[in-house]
Amino acid sequence: MSDQAKPPTAVSLRRLRRYKQVLVGAPLVTLLLLVAALAPILVSHDPNALNARAKAAPPNWGNLLGTDEFGRDLLSRLVHGARITLLVGVSSVILAAVGGTILGTVAAYSGRAVETVIMRAMDGMLCFPPILLGIFVVTFLGQSLINLILVIGILYIPRFTRVVHSSTLAIRELEYVESARALGASSLRIIAWAILPNILAPILVQASLAAGHAILLESGLSFLGLGPPPPTPSWGRMVEQSGRFMQLSVLPLFWPSAAISLTVLSFNLLGDGLRDILDPRLRN
Amino acid sequence: MGLSLLLLFLVATLLFFSIHLLPGDPALLVLGGDSAQPTPEQIATVQARLGLDRPLPVQYVTWLVRVARGDMGTSLLDDRSVATDLANRLPRTLQLVIPAILVATIIGVPLGIFAARRRGHLADPTASTVALLGFSMPVFVIGMLLVVVFSLGLGWLPPTGYVPFGEDPKGFLRHLILPVLALSAAPMAITMRMTRSSFLEQSSFDYVRTARAKGVAERSVAWRHVLRNALLPVITVIGLQAGSMFAGAVLVEYIFSWPGLNTLLLNSLSTRDYPVIQAVVLLAAVLFVGVNFVTDLLYAVVNPRIRYE
Repeated sequence: MSDQAKPPTAVSLRRLRRYKQVLVGAPLVTLLLLVAALAPILVSHDPNALNARAKAAPPNWGNLLGTDEFGRDLLSRLVHGARITLLVGVSSVILAAVGGTILGTVAAYSGRAVETVIMRAMDGMLCFPPILLGIFVVTFLGQSLINLILVIGILYIPRFTRVVHSSTLAIRELEYVESARALGASSLRIIAWAILPNILAPILVQASLAAGHAILLESGLSFLGLGPPPPTPSWGRMVEQSGRFMQLSVLPLFWPSAAISLTVLSFNLLGDGLRDILDPRLRN
Repeated sequence: MGLSLLLLFLVATLLFFSIHLLPGDPALLVLGGDSAQPTPEQIATVQARLGLDRPLPVQYVTWLVRVARGDMGTSLLDDRSVATDLANRLPRTLQLVIPAILVATIIGVPLGIFAARRRGHLADPTASTVALLGFSMPVFVIGMLLVVVFSLGLGWLPPTGYVPFGEDPKGFLRHLILPVLALSAAPMAITMRMTRSSFLEQSSFDYVRTARAKGVAERSVAWRHVLRNALLPVITVIGLQAGSMFAGAVLVEYIFSWPGLNTLLLNSLSTRDYPVIQAVVLLAAVLFVGVNFVTDLLYAVVNPRIRYE
């Protein structure tokens, strides 16, 4: 049944339902970005300050969530950890999106040979489980924030290349692109002004979903001790460290676990919702 | 088949060049990067062992030939055959992966159908939200949560460890439950979502309306007409999940001290035992390609339309 056949209120309600995921996801992502940006204002403790007198302290007025086994304030580490997580998640996705957009449009706009080489290389890369390749590269390249961003960014290039490649192939046959070509526009100009603006939607959806994946991957690597080197506060490492003391207290384990899950959930909600809104094929 | 072989070739090629693409001398990387100060003799030994002293094209061809023959070299530490190590470890990873896929399918598919058939009721958004949470939570968080609840809290199951099936079947199963549950959570959620959306998509087609119009019972429409078609994309998704699970098990094996492939990998990392690390990554990729190939075959068996193309 088409939307016209229903009473207007039902249509509006259904539209709102469709946006519900974005209505939840977008504010959550914004909130996380704000927490990360305002971290030094939100918490007064230095996340790396050691306090020999308050090791593994339970929650109290000075340390709202208590302290870890080195006496570091857990709330400060949690809030500052948001900076690391979002920095890795967002920068690696930007890297992947830019790389994938370049490779995807080049593949779609160059000859058969170049296209085959690029797309088959992407297929090959997709065969490697990201976490194993991440472990492999970080081990030999060394642990650092930059390496982590580079590795995750490169690992997610194939997803974007595929999306951009197929969207570009579909769009470049459309009449307005043909008319641009007839007017004598160069391929580069067509890509920049006619194609890119029209494939932004699928890239955006992919970016939001990939950010969730990238954060999961980062936390997994950090959990294995391959994340940003200590004492940088990182949620994955906090889970690992507090997990060792779970017999004594479960709460220190709970906070970073909840933080990772909530962050990934927010990006997934945003991505899912954006896809539903932006992809007309999924509207039924 | 040809495509799978091509993929395997690509995988081997990418893996070969990965160590050469990293900045720095591969021998130095293997010996510990910037911090270590290996003697020239050590460097020469590693170069000879890994064949790094020969020209790159020769190394590449040698590598391809070795991979094709299943010869993964020997460990840098103690000269054990890497292939033997893998053969010992692989079954233990399979003991996690196969039950996890079964659990994910057995629970995920019916849940997806359940949610799809109750679209518009409270049950659907509830199930969908739980599924979204299921793959937003890191597998290690789920694993630790299970340990906290079932080992620390209730004391029903052991928190970590491995007991061979031959020695103590009951102990083996008790140790198996938590890691399998942790590993199956994300694929279960993905399977559920895929089943739900595929089921809804199929429900909107004309053949369903025809079936209803000729008076087929609603139950029969769902199970005999819709489900048969709806399951096709689900098979592909389960196959993809199964393929990537060998590596997804890395965190689960780590938490539960399960001596599978990935624990071998993690142990080799600290010593930078390059042949072992390379072999595990390669095996994971090969398994991924292999499982997807089998999935495609299965797909053709289930979907008669494919066979005629």
